[in-house]
Amino acid sequence: MTSWFFGDAGVALLVLAIGASTIFARKTFDAAIAFVVYGLLLAIAWVRLSAIDVALTEAAIGGGMTGTLLLGAVARLRSAEPDDTRLGLPIQLATGFCCALVAACLAAALLLLPETIPTLAPAVMENLADTGLGNPVAGVLFSYRALDTLLEKVVLLLALLGVWSLAPNNAWNGIPRLRLYDRPNSTLTFLAQLLPPVGVVVGIYMCWVGANEPGGAFQGGTVLAAMWLLVIIARLERAPSIGQLWLRVGLVVGPAVFLAVGLAGLVLANGFLAYPPGHAKAFIVTVEFALTISIAAVLAMLAAGPPQQVQQE
Amino acid sequence: MDSFLFLIASFVLATAAGGLIIILQRPAEVDRIMAAQLLGTGGVAILLILAIATQNSPTVDVALMLALFAAFVTVAFVRDAPDPQNTAQRK
Amino acid sequence: MEFALDLFTVFTLLAGALFFLAGTVGLIRFPDPLTRLHALTKVDNLGLGLVVVGLVPQADGWVAALKLVIVWLLVQLSGAIVTQLIAGAIRERGPSA
Repeated sequence: MTSWFFGDAGVALLVLAIGASTIFARKTFDAAIAFVVYGLLLAIAWVRLSAIDVALTEAAIGGGMTGTLLLGAVARLRSAEPDDTRLGLPIQLATGFCCALVAACLAAALLLLPETIPTLAPAVMENLADTGLGNPVAGVLFSYRALDTLLEKVVLLLALLGVWSLAPNNAWNGIPRLRLYDRPNSTLTFLAQLLPPVGVVVGIYMCWVGANEPGGAFQGGTVLAAMWLLVIIARLERAPSIGQLWLRVGLVVGPAVFLAVGLAGLVLANGFLAYPPGHAKAFIVTVEFALTISIAAVLAMLAAGPPQQVQQE
Repeated sequence: MDSFLFLIASFVLATAAGGLIIILQRPAEVDRIMAAQLLGTGGVAILLILAIATQNSPTVDVALMLALFAAFVTVAFVRDAPDPQNTAQRK
Repeated sequence: MEFALDLFTVFTLLAGALFFLAGTVGLIRFPDPLTRLHALTKVDNLGLGLVVVGLVPQADGWVAALKLVIVWLLVQLSGAIVTQLIAGAIRERGPSA
């Protein structure tokens, strides 16, 4: 029995209900909205599971980015040719079976846990003081498994390259075709003037506080990306053409600084991605700030999509 | 006090859930956006109450994120206004 | 003093929960999207506001209390602007959008 048994059970049931509503929705728009609501509910579930860092990311990505991406896709589908093909029953059954299999494996793994669960968590907490950090998640991300984090950020860049490669040849170096609001709307303009300053402060706060409390570069970067997208959608700024030097530098600065710090570890400490004792936190915070910039740029450009028209200059 | 806080949080959850489930059965798109807004605000309230009840202040940060992003679904919705007359020539 | 603060919290939280209920019932029962929108903003405004006011005495210090108020102000601000956006969308597309 948890301390909030009825609430936890309620959240779990509601998540299942919204999940079902997403699958059985008749229109893609309804499914997209239900999926965003599902993400918001999951954020509450993560909080109840004491995974605050994950809850922050879920609220940011599930609430902001997923909504923008999915609804944009729904809008593009609307203007395309109506396609009435529905999946055949065999495919639906096969999909349902595979999903059920995955769920059964997860349930078995959870329910059949041994009495003493083999875990590295105590070792993480014991050695955390050496890194100078107070947040064990940040410790794992930037110290114990720093290589994984570095490679993940490179993977983000590769994903962006994948999206950009969808552009036709003559549109390379063009402007991403992020759907904007059709005409200047004073209410949306007001929102885009009011919210981003708050968002920028929250984003920087998220990155800064991640060293000792839940948070970090990814959450901060997502907030900044969402604010930038809002400003572009409200037509207060134009989406940059993907050939702009400042954009490309911003995209690369995170992994580049991370790599440089890693290589400096060969000289200053005893290995790649090792930190000199006593100065670990300074290096880690520097890397986190650089990563926040890159993550913000990558996520915003991922949501903006492939370039469409050639820059007119 | 803690059990009272949990009780209120459960009540808000039940209210938001009930509203959500009933509204999601309406066909209009606007109603669904309002349901999402309701859950956003309800979620913020639940998280704030939980933060105080469990003495866990980072939970307020999650509520802050929810509050910040509550507007984005509506912005995306308003941006993608379907033209009731001819959706085929939208672009 | 402790008891008085706790009593204050209990009453304001009950009132806040009541406004949540009222707003949701309004959202369900009102006939028209614009009137439902009106009910929704009451939830944002008064429901959450009373909850925050009730939680402030229980918070751990000034900074924590201030954070609660900031969250509420943010919800109110974005909620108010979003309501205008939705109302504009309703006006454009008609009540059955």
